[in-house]
Amino acid sequence: MEIVNFAHGEFLMLAMYVAFFAWLLARLDPVVSFPLAALVLAGLGWATYHGIIRWVLGGPMLAQIFATFGLAVFLRSAAQFLWGVDFRVVSAPLLGGRASLGGVFVGLPQLTASVAALGAFVALHLFLARSETGLALQATAQDRQAAALMGIDTERMFALGWAIGAGCVGVAGALLTMFFYVFPDVGAAFALLAYVTVALGGFGNVPATLLAGVIVGLVEALAGLLIAPALKYAVVFLLYLGVVLWRPQGLFGRF
Amino acid sequence: MAAAGPLRPFLARAVPLLLLGAVAAFPLVFTKPFPRHLMIMIFLYGALATAWNILAGYCGQISLGHAVFFGIGAYTSTLLIREAALSPWLGMLAGAAIAVVGSQLIGYPVFRLRGHYFAIATIAVGEIIQALVINWDWAGGARGLFVPIKRPDSFVNFQFHESKAVYYFIALGLLLLALGVTRWIEGSRRGYFFRAIREDQEAAASLGVHVAREKHWAIAVSAALTALGGTFYAQYVFFIDPESVFPLSLSILICLVAVLGGVGTLWGPLVGAAVLVPLSEGTRVWLGGGGKALDLLIYGALIVLIAVFQPGGLVGLAGRFRRT
Repeated sequence: MEIVNFAHGEFLMLAMYVAFFAWLLARLDPVVSFPLAALVLAGLGWATYHGIIRWVLGGPMLAQIFATFGLAVFLRSAAQFLWGVDFRVVSAPLLGGRASLGGVFVGLPQLTASVAALGAFVALHLFLARSETGLALQATAQDRQAAALMGIDTERMFALGWAIGAGCVGVAGALLTMFFYVFPDVGAAFALLAYVTVALGGFGNVPATLLAGVIVGLVEALAGLLIAPALKYAVVFLLYLGVVLWRPQGLFGRF
Repeated sequence: MAAAGPLRPFLARAVPLLLLGAVAAFPLVFTKPFPRHLMIMIFLYGALATAWNILAGYCGQISLGHAVFFGIGAYTSTLLIREAALSPWLGMLAGAAIAVVGSQLIGYPVFRLRGHYFAIATIAVGEIIQALVINWDWAGGARGLFVPIKRPDSFVNFQFHESKAVYYFIALGLLLLALGVTRWIEGSRRGYFFRAIREDQEAAASLGVHVAREKHWAIAVSAALTALGGTFYAQYVFFIDPESVFPLSLSILICLVAVLGGVGTLWGPLVGAAVLVPLSEGTRVWLGGGGKALDLLIYGALIVLIAVFQPGGLVGLAGRFRRT
């Protein structure tokens, strides 16, 4: 959609808080409450589009960057203001322990999260590639004016894009709470990795993003193992810069 | 405007001179440390934002990694003092030189990208450098470095413990240097190339502008000026660590100052610093503390409001009034 949401990490943080409070107040495990987080976040994405993004879409790029960046600062400090800086954990999640996959032990929460994330990927890809609304969304992303001339309500498509994007973050955030602690700054590290992953794969391409995600995950893990754990993100970013030298549009990007 | 006819050029000359006189007299009137500190911070951030503005405002390359150059300036001079007992003034020049070399290396991959992608790549560069310095034990690692204290105060050592007045004038000098360079670029052939690239890279290239070379020039000048600010910061605070001189938040603060004032204008970054620095110090003093982050809450909301309602910055706002 030609706009980068710098508040992406803060969306993730909010999703994690939703899952955490669902567990704290209603004893709902993240495995059960993730649709709720997705719904809340989709609402937030929709509201962000109508409240902020719509007004800067035609403006200078700096305004776009700072609109979402300001939102990030706002959401992060709002979380700190409301809930404090304490690290919180969902203790005793429904799924615990580990599973053996052909001799390789994987934590059960991590495995569940991976499967659910794959499921979300497949669903998103099918929606974008097969459904009429998904195609309309892609058309809007490619050329706003042409899409509008074809009778697509581009305004609605943009809002939908924001709602879907944020909804996916909702799923990811809720599942993450199964094995990661929640605090106001939690989003920053994840968001940066997310941008680099998407840019590595090529913008606007769901399967490429999945593949780039696998690459980033592998490089991160291998760099942590072979070089130094403290430098693993630096290696990931370096990989991204290397790829950019060779293919500025990302591995599978078209533009 | 009230000034019309022959009065206008006279005012255009007199007002900056009067302002400069007032600024020069400021430390004589205000002898308490806090107002002087506030002004020093305005000058420093004004200088940094002005330097950033050369690359981003004039050449259109929105860098979110300028803390790299700031950190290079701070670390180069501090390491040279500690390891070679070199005067920070020479360290300042060395820092600027290393920042220029670094900027060229960084520019090589990132200038292939545009718009949001360029911004993300510069963030990635900043994160890489910060991670490397954190893990670089010889340079203090995550613990940071102290600038060895030398008494009595002397100009050669760039240390003034008795009064902030000298720092005040050095910071003012940095600011004037950054503004002077910007003014010079604005009117030069190169400045027109920069703006042509900002408006339309393809069109500029088709008219014979060597796009890659001009971008490298812009980042070199911008990086050198930013590094000078880094050395000043190290000599002012006497302690640097990767969290204070290399963070993403500093990169973003630098461009926020420029955006608030007005990107791509000579005075915009300074105006932004003059508004944002007292505001952030003020909200921190009155609303900060207690770990509630109320100051940041307001700060974030303010950024969104500016982006939505006044993307041209405060200088643009003044222009709007002038037209009506």
